[in-house]
Amino acid sequence: MLAALQTAALGAAAGHGAVNSGDIIFQLVAFILLMLLLRKFAWGPLMGVMKQREEHIANEIDQAEKRRQEAEKLLEEQRELLKQSRQEAQTILENARKLAEEQKEQIVASARAEAERVKEAAKQEIEREKEQAMAALREQVASLSVLIASKVIERELTEQDQRKLIEAYIKDIQEVGGAR
Amino acid sequence: MMDHKAPLYELFGLTFNLANVLMVTITCIIVLAIAIAATRNLSMRPTGLQNFMEWVVDFVKGIIKSNMDWETGGRFHLLGLTLIMYVFVANMLGLPFSVVVHDELWWKSPTADPAITLTLAVMVVALSHYYGIKLRGASEYLKGFTSPMWFMFPLKIIEEFANTLTLGLRLYGNIFAGEILLALLVGGLATGVGGTIAAIIPTMVWQAFSIFVGAIQAFIFTMLTMVYMAHKVSHDH
Repeated sequence: MLAALQTAALGAAAGHGAVNSGDIIFQLVAFILLMLLLRKFAWGPLMGVMKQREEHIANEIDQAEKRRQEAEKLLEEQRELLKQSRQEAQTILENARKLAEEQKEQIVASARAEAERVKEAAKQEIEREKEQAMAALREQVASLSVLIASKVIERELTEQDQRKLIEAYIKDIQEVGGAR
Repeated sequence: MMDHKAPLYELFGLTFNLANVLMVTITCIIVLAIAIAATRNLSMRPTGLQNFMEWVVDFVKGIIKSNMDWETGGRFHLLGLTLIMYVFVANMLGLPFSVVVHDELWWKSPTADPAITLTLAVMVVALSHYYGIKLRGASEYLKGFTSPMWFMFPLKIIEEFANTLTLGLRLYGNIFAGEILLALLVGGLATGVGGTIAAIIPTMVWQAFSIFVGAIQAFIFTMLTMVYMAHKVSHDH
């Protein structure tokens, strides 16, 4: 059936009656040969490269995914670290503030105590000085009175003087009494 | 073209049309040259011809994948690639010119000869039967002829021959008709000065259309090859 049809087609096409049996065999051989050569020289290497590229890309994607995960992990770590250090800084600051507060209290307290002490000492000093001054004055007065008395006694009192003196005394007394 | 004789040659009781032998050889050489040129400097980052070759490879892969799963179809990749390139180049060869020596037609598309296209078609169908038996087992393969009903058997037998004939003759008819029209335009119309001027435009148009037809036919041939393959090797149809 096939052959008959082929003959008919050929007859119509090429204008002769014989089947080109040689062409058929040649075509078949040529095609198979072409296929083999293509596989050896073109298809094989090309497929190799394409497969290689496919693997390469797959690898790259995998690696990128891995890197991304790593980066994410690192980021998380860093974030954690940052949070920690921030917290630490906060604690340190808090501690320092507390310490400063305490120190301030202490300093103020000690300063206050010191001032109190100095004031007390000054007061005592003043008291003592006053005491001393008083004592010295008293002594001075006493010695002066003695001196005056001795001077007075030393002078010879005239009658007139005595009189004058007595009068002055009396006057004084009178004045005092008058004032009363 | 129609009235030219073929350069026949007898050897070992076989009849050779030397024009066919020549053109088949040239087609093979061109396909091989393109393929080798495209894959000479292979690199991971493809450039130029390698891109083109990879596109063809992927294109054929797409054809196969549209018919069967890649696990079964992967083995037909090389066949599909060779077919599409061979048929395309063969279709193109007859377009630019035809050479007639001593009233014998030497340069033409090898696919403009039914013996050539039917050879390819028979090869494809035979391969489909071979792989049908190989991949599904003889009993499964035979069962394919009586499914879904036993009385489908004669129709199935006819289908096989019809497939073969349509596959081969479709290609032959398209290309042969294209070349005939080209021969008519160039050889029939372009006789005088006016005729030549009148023939230029339709010739160019028809050549452009023939390029399109040649490409489409190469695609269809490969596509149908894979359809028949899938029909024979796939388990569910």
